[in-house]
Amino acid sequence: MHADFRAGARDVLPVLLGVVPFAMVVGIAAIDAGLTPLQAIGMSALVYAGSSQLAAIELLGESAPIAVVVFTAIIINLRMVMYSASIAPHFADYRRRTRAFLAYFLTDQAYALSLTAYEADAVESERWYFLGVAAPISAVWMVCTALGVVLGAGIPDSWGLSFAIPLVFLAILVPVMKDRPRTVAALVSGAIAVLLVNAPFNLGLPTGAVAGIAAGLFTEVIRNR
Amino acid sequence: MTDHGPIAIWGAILVIGVATYLIRLSFIHLFGRIDDVPPALERALRFVPPAVLAGLVAPALITVGPTLEATLLDDRLLAGLVAGAVAWRTEDMFATIGVGMVTLWVLRFVVPW
Repeated sequence: MHADFRAGARDVLPVLLGVVPFAMVVGIAAIDAGLTPLQAIGMSALVYAGSSQLAAIELLGESAPIAVVVFTAIIINLRMVMYSASIAPHFADYRRRTRAFLAYFLTDQAYALSLTAYEADAVESERWYFLGVAAPISAVWMVCTALGVVLGAGIPDSWGLSFAIPLVFLAILVPVMKDRPRTVAALVSGAIAVLLVNAPFNLGLPTGAVAGIAAGLFTEVIRNR
Repeated sequence: MTDHGPIAIWGAILVIGVATYLIRLSFIHLFGRIDDVPPALERALRFVPPAVLAGLVAPALITVGPTLEATLLDDRLLAGLVAGAVAWRTEDMFATIGVGMVTLWVLRFVVPW
């Protein structure tokens, strides 16, 4: 085994603790929403992006139009364009097939850990370190989704386990509200989503998100003047 | 429970999956031809996580009721505020989910309203 793979696998250990509950909530939520176990696990394998999966699952559970489900999930995953651009120079020397393979594993956590290591010049083989970080995340993601699927079928509705979904989002949201523009983006989007909760086609969320992004940009422009 | 049939659900999973993969691959594939995200796009993208996540969280915690009291004295909102405080202090997903769920159960099953 490559030394950089082992280094990555070691560095990712504490991060895996956060992946476990996230993946389990995804599995539980999917079953609650009426997806089959195969659909739940297939989604974790094919989409492999938790926030977008939870949003899609929630919207599917409300029988929102498929176009809204797809559009919302894609908006959520657009942030990964930034990760792709930022990590691209580190993969530039690899063959096209290798790059296509590595791209599948690009997640928030794999990106953050790898880039930190690359910038500290702690890595000899970028791809082996990346895979050392990413492979355990992917394995834990799949296993714990399946675990959630099994659990989700056994826990009574009165426990309100679906409340774990907003809690997962909250756990990610609070740390990203780092400055005034981002806080404004969150407040505007949240307020619109609450007010438009009965909007046709579940358009409250995408409308709020677009308005929130605009409000954040606007706040930044005003502040920088 | 979803009213969608298996074809609609698998279709959604497939389209989201392919689109997400292409997003991940985008600059990794294009590097050398386009090296950087255009600055205007990058600025907008930084607001995607807070905007989208808040749009998901807020309606799950807040339901506008007939009175202010009914809106505020909601077990999900109160449990969410406690969990939000935990997220702020610890930035730990396990702790946030754990404290939030236990608070919800206490409010729902123990506290007489």
